[in-house]
Amino acid sequence: MSTSVGTNRVKRGMAEMQKGGVIMDVVNAEQAKIAESAGAVAVMALERVPSDIRAAGGVARMADPTVTEEVLNAVSIPVMAKARIGHIVEARVLEAMGADYIDESEVLTPADDIYHIDKNDFTVPFVCGCRNLGEALRRIGEGASMLRTKGEPGTGNIVEAVRHMREVQTQIRQVQSMAKDELMVYAKETGAPYELLLQVQEEGRLPVVNFAAGGIATPSDAALMMELGADGVFVGSGIFKSDNPEKFARSIVEATTHYQDYELIAKLSKDLGTAMPGLEMSSLQEQDRMQDRSE
Amino acid sequence: MTTIGVLGLQGAIREHVRSIEACGKEAVIVKKPEQLEEVDGLILPGGESTTMRRLIDRYNFFEPLQQFGKAGKPIFGTCAGLILLASDIEGQNDAHLGLMDMTVARNAFGRQKESFEAPVEINGVAEDFEAVFIRAPYILEVKADTKVLGVYDGKIVAAKQGHLLATAFHPELTDDHRLVQHFVEMVDQANGNKLASV
Repeated sequence: MSTSVGTNRVKRGMAEMQKGGVIMDVVNAEQAKIAESAGAVAVMALERVPSDIRAAGGVARMADPTVTEEVLNAVSIPVMAKARIGHIVEARVLEAMGADYIDESEVLTPADDIYHIDKNDFTVPFVCGCRNLGEALRRIGEGASMLRTKGEPGTGNIVEAVRHMREVQTQIRQVQSMAKDELMVYAKETGAPYELLLQVQEEGRLPVVNFAAGGIATPSDAALMMELGADGVFVGSGIFKSDNPEKFARSIVEATTHYQDYELIAKLSKDLGTAMPGLEMSSLQEQDRMQDRSE
Repeated sequence: MTTIGVLGLQGAIREHVRSIEACGKEAVIVKKPEQLEEVDGLILPGGESTTMRRLIDRYNFFEPLQQFGKAGKPIFGTCAGLILLASDIEGQNDAHLGLMDMTVARNAFGRQKESFEAPVEINGVAEDFEAVFIRAPYILEVKADTKVLGVYDGKIVAAKQGHLLATAFHPELTDDHRLVQHFVEMVDQANGNKLASV
């Protein structure tokens, strides 16, 4: 045995260290510093937050490296960055720049409408979105070291995040009660790798850390996702689209740590100002649903 | 029964609980300062040290944690926990708990893509401990009676000062429980001393 980099243990371990924490979307050094001092465990460097991507329309790509670099230099906590689904080169560029984690993300316009990146081939770890157990285990099969339930990004509406977290948790419980022969059929139906299903059955949980994302707008939203079994939360537009980002960020961090301390959450939720404006799901056209951009 | 706490603010809490239980002891996740009274030893887990420090301050953990250490109760810090224990942090004016006499450098091995695993000899504990380093710090210098326990590539990655133990790597990410077992023995010993002095 000698020194080895990019092992599963090193890549998945990095996500283990983020547990119980909040990862915040930021678009510049100033926001990154606000996030860090509010207690974020990591920041996601972006050119635009999801609600602005939604508003702008057109093709959303990897951020300008200037932005990523600015954020990398501004904070000591880990910096994540988004690459388009299937865009091997964007991912390689982010890896070369020293991003600590890559989000192969449906928030950006997919570069490949069939294949995801073969993430096993990278030294840097990846986080990917999922809506159900099959999707979660396919991403792990491709080498994702961390998952996040997709929710519907940039809406400030928690309903899809809840749906996806519930779905994953329910399916884990179903798998636990299945016989081995049933498991193979389940693998066929859900498109989940059989070996990973066996592992889920044995351990009663996903083999990697699973955060919640997509629609978290208040401290209570963050606590709700923790209650439903998330290992931590991503907050995208929720913080810097609110009236008082600093206070909002701190409150969401505390509500995530103490998600079952309801008196505290009541206190944290007082006088927060207006949360980001929300979108009702039925107002979204089919082509505007980011969660359906990948399988 | 010896009870060992894991500071439960953020990070790899579950993994440490699993290690403690594998060593046959009871584990408690410490989320409130008053819970420190119920435990004989404490593990400061890996995670983000800046995040943990914010939460330590906000929940008035700072004084109770320092008191815990100064009272001679054993503390084991891994990675972020090592940073919390150190008396000096390179490039920063202020340290955190400052219980262990040593200077540490944060993220000293580089960014995540430089994170690695390697076998490390831990003096008196293991010849080839499977050490997992994640954006890890290392110890630049040990001071006073802090002793070096392990070195990787010329850098100090494990140290001990009396009842305080610290590693730059993450024993909780492996099934190798020898370091936690060593800590458990430190706690038992401290407990024995306490009983003997009554």
